[in-house]
Amino acid sequence: MNTRRTSARPPVVVLVLAAVAVAFFALPLVGLLWRAPWSNAWEYLTDDDALTALRLSLWCSAWSTLASFVFGVPLAWTLARVRFRGNGVVRALCTLSMVLPPVVGGVALFFALGRRGIVGQWLDDWFGVRLPFTTAGVVVAQTFVAMPFLVITVEAALRQMDRRVEDAARTLGASSWYTFRRVTLPAIRPALVAGGVLAWARALGEFGATITFAGNFPGTTQTLPLAIYLSLETNPEAAIVLALLMIAISFAVLVGLRDRWFGRQARPELSA
Amino acid sequence: MSLVADLAVQLGTLDLQAELRVADGELLALLGPNGAGKSTALRAVAGLQPLHGGTVQVDDTVLDRPATGTFVPPERRPIGVVFQDHLLFAHMSVVENVAFGLRARSTPKAEARRRAHEWLERVGLEATANDRPAALSGGQAQRVALARALAIDPRVLLLDEPLAALDAGTRAMVRRDLRRHLASFAGMRLLVTHDPVDAYALADRVAVLEAGRIVQTGTLAEVAAHPRSRYVADLVGVNLVTGEVTDGVLHTERGAHVVIADAPAGPSFAVIRPHSLTITRDEPSGASTRNVWRGVITDIDRLGERARVGVDGALPLTAEITLAALDALALRPGDDVHVGAKATDIEVYPA
Repeated sequence: MNTRRTSARPPVVVLVLAAVAVAFFALPLVGLLWRAPWSNAWEYLTDDDALTALRLSLWCSAWSTLASFVFGVPLAWTLARVRFRGNGVVRALCTLSMVLPPVVGGVALFFALGRRGIVGQWLDDWFGVRLPFTTAGVVVAQTFVAMPFLVITVEAALRQMDRRVEDAARTLGASSWYTFRRVTLPAIRPALVAGGVLAWARALGEFGATITFAGNFPGTTQTLPLAIYLSLETNPEAAIVLALLMIAISFAVLVGLRDRWFGRQARPELSA
Repeated sequence: MSLVADLAVQLGTLDLQAELRVADGELLALLGPNGAGKSTALRAVAGLQPLHGGTVQVDDTVLDRPATGTFVPPERRPIGVVFQDHLLFAHMSVVENVAFGLRARSTPKAEARRRAHEWLERVGLEATANDRPAALSGGQAQRVALARALAIDPRVLLLDEPLAALDAGTRAMVRRDLRRHLASFAGMRLLVTHDPVDAYALADRVAVLEAGRIVQTGTLAEVAAHPRSRYVADLVGVNLVTGEVTDGVLHTERGAHVVIADAPAGPSFAVIRPHSLTITRDEPSGASTRNVWRGVITDIDRLGERARVGVDGALPLTAEITLAALDALALRPGDDVHVGAKATDIEVYPA
């Protein structure tokens, strides 16, 4: 791309501090790689419990990402476009779980959706649906902490986009729903991808809310982070291998999406 | 069959009260300085800015009339819009852009694409059908925007500063193109512009909008011959004097007298063309038949063979003299001078 721009000499102080930051992120990874039991790695990876936890993690994080899109995009649109009293309060409420300790979120979910919770008791009585300690509960816990990442990313993009493009669509005969689907969503596509990746990554790594709300049952609620935490006490070598597996998956997704994510963003939103 | 727009919109500091009429087949240019409310007027006609009072009506259909609670949303108005910076959909190909309006109105995909291709052919851009809008030049993008707006077969076409986004080099060519393509559209056309050159090249009639009010309408020649506001006079490049005529003399508010040839008494405008003015250092002799005003030179602009000299005094004026005269008098800003004009060179008309 543009290599000429780097012709100016970057300040040394900045480079040194940046190098420290890179080391800060790289060293723990090196630590894991160094201590990893490479000779037994395959054994640990193909262990039934590990595979089950991995499968559950991927499955649940995919569902919670989907749920984040289904509810989060309309929420972001409402926050960005609809003027109503208490807009700021609603936004704070919906992004609270980003700053809350996940364990607190898990406890709160329990009192809301647990068998004796304000909504949970009706879910049980009317539909026989019980969320705590089920796989669906894992998805709920992950969505609770992951969706805000999508919401704030998409909301920012909606605020930044040139709304006159939507005006143009309206004058061409597009209803507001058609305009939303065919003009607004494509225009904020980079933010949808970025927000989706952030939400998915957060869901995949989710620990506190999951273990509090859904428990730690192998096969139904024990996701990979939970399995890693548990093996730290029983089998530290397995924990290291599983940790490296998580890192590999996350890294692959981040690198794989990099071009779509950043590449698209660099394109102009509008023709001049 | 016409567009009737009696627009009343209050938006921030803008108070728009404008009446516009566009006949079938006519192109009306709404001309005015920035911030006059031109774009707001256009948005109100399109339905993107609801009226606070008045009415918008196309043919026999009322589109907006707050008094009766009538409001037809933009997507159901028979109105196409070409926006200032075109606002093409960046994520769609050129042909998809043109087909958009038809698709939004549930035209089957194949049919919409076929008609979009026809439109692209008509504006000479068939070759770019599968390109992204980002790959187009400014003039090409504008033709796509025009084709996109016309593809929905509107009764009224609105154009918001269609040439403002283009650089000076391509402007003349695009203007010529636009005139040709606009001529093929038989409906009503309303063009918003701040450039009298655009209005002159494209419009049948001009309405001048200043600070939310229509100050003058007519053909451009009529408007230019008898400007009724400082803005129009500046556009045309003449001196406009307002005042009260009594006994062959026009008295301005600042106490200046203009001796005129012959005009009925009452509030009047007087146009004094810069090239009919003379500048001298000393008071000219034989001044009985002429107007002489004293003043101080504020600025001098050299334009080829001639120079425009701004003179401030009881009657602020711009005079246009030859460079030879300028050099002979060795005029400098700050100099005291006399500006002279023949009474017969001053055109007076009622305000």
